[in-house]
Amino acid sequence: MLDDFMVRAALAGIGVAFAAAPLGCFVVWRRMAYFGDATAHAAILGVALSLAFSMSIFVGTMTVALLMALTVSILSGRGYAMDTLLGVLAHSALAFGLVAVSFLSGVRIDLMAYLFGDILAVSRGDLAVIWGGAALVVALIGWRWSALLTSTLNEDLAYASGIDPRREQLVLTLALAITVAVAIKVVGVLLIAAMLIIPAAAARPLSRTPEGMAIAAGVIGMLSAIVGLRAAYVLDTPAGPSIVCVAALTFLATSVLRGFRPQQ
Amino acid sequence: MSLVQVEDLSVRYGAKTVLSHVSLRVERGEIVTIVGPNGSGKTSLLRAIIGAVKPAQGRVIQGNSVKIGYVPQKLHIDETLPITVSRFLKLPGGVTATDISQVLAQAGVPDLAKAQLSQLSGGQFQRVLLARALIGKPDLLLLDEATQGLDQRGSASFYQQIEHVRQDTGCAVLMISHELHVVMSASDRVICLNGHVCCEGTPAVVASAPEYRALFGTGTGGALALYRHEHEHDHGHDHDHGNHDHEHPEAAE
Repeated sequence: MLDDFMVRAALAGIGVAFAAAPLGCFVVWRRMAYFGDATAHAAILGVALSLAFSMSIFVGTMTVALLMALTVSILSGRGYAMDTLLGVLAHSALAFGLVAVSFLSGVRIDLMAYLFGDILAVSRGDLAVIWGGAALVVALIGWRWSALLTSTLNEDLAYASGIDPRREQLVLTLALAITVAVAIKVVGVLLIAAMLIIPAAAARPLSRTPEGMAIAAGVIGMLSAIVGLRAAYVLDTPAGPSIVCVAALTFLATSVLRGFRPQQ
Repeated sequence: MSLVQVEDLSVRYGAKTVLSHVSLRVERGEIVTIVGPNGSGKTSLLRAIIGAVKPAQGRVIQGNSVKIGYVPQKLHIDETLPITVSRFLKLPGGVTATDISQVLAQAGVPDLAKAQLSQLSGGQFQRVLLARALIGKPDLLLLDEATQGLDQRGSASFYQQIEHVRQDTGCAVLMISHELHVVMSASDRVICLNGHVCCEGTPAVVASAPEYRALFGTGTGGALALYRHEHEHDHGHDHDHGNHDHEHPEAAE
């Protein structure tokens, strides 16, 4: 079964959607969308470094993504104008990454594969990395779920319950870096944030509890992966962007659905 | 032993000192109110007690196995986060359905368990926050301007609820309030704060202290009149209108 590249691609997409769902909910609830972008864009720099030092791409992208996420976390407490700062970091990380890649003259690399993903070329080894990383992210968030949710609602309430919100922020940061590293092959650095935010946003009108929203986001993300891949095959369109398009259409559908219903 | 004891506490944010050398203690079952102008460090004091800010100096000592319930000044629930009242009360865990219906009843909103948090009115929301603080049967309730945004009737009935809770559970209350007339009628002790403790004591003592009058000069006319009306005390200086300080009119709302 795993010999079929379409099956491997579908499994890879489902794996990313699985990790992105609960994490994406927190990204939406905590208004960290741009934060996700900055972390994802930094990953291209990680790609360049991995190739230059012949390391595994997974380790390189995760390290750089983690460093970027930590930098942003630390700076966010210092009273900078956050959207400007994130804009600077996100785009300069991407630009430095692209420049760094161009220095690697000895290696011929397909830059498009890292920018937009190359889900149809997922190997068995990639699949193992994706599912291992996704399982780690879901386990991490599941383990800290209540504490994360409490700190997201209000930091002082978290302190009063004996939870340190800064530690929970670190958990999210780590989960984000892992997700970026595993998703790069599937949707590429430019669209990772889309896989985090769009399924969660599409799930919002359907949910009454945080847990319900995370599960709905997971279902929407996985269906988007399967339907998007199928559409890419039939219409001969790029696979990663097709997945994101299906997720975006789902968001449109659930938003319209909410418009016709009284607010709950 | 006191429920909580603050010793020589100083808090700084960067170069700015918001609290210097503050000491106070709260005993079992008493209602202590902190008053003070905006920016006087009231919220920082409560946040230091729950451990959300690190003291630059001094310390906060909690009595053995003292449980604290905290009602924050404001809590914004993002529209993107769907959550029911009962799920909110269950966080971060170890709470049963019986506990939830009990605290909701104590807070005066027994029917709200299934409501969405983002759909509550201001008064309902404050009571749900109170219910949350009551979970785990606290020995000490910390309220940070819990009636902010409520109208006079709403806040009066909120403070009545607090009084009921104290009678039912025997917990002590340390609260910040801008509503001086409430403070004067409902507190056992008042602490007047302005970066440091200006004065403290029973409402009557604080109301006649010159430091307090310097801070709340204009407002005290109304507030003290109300207080005197309710208690029929006479503290002598109430008609001294020589001290017109218009700096902090909001403090007397």
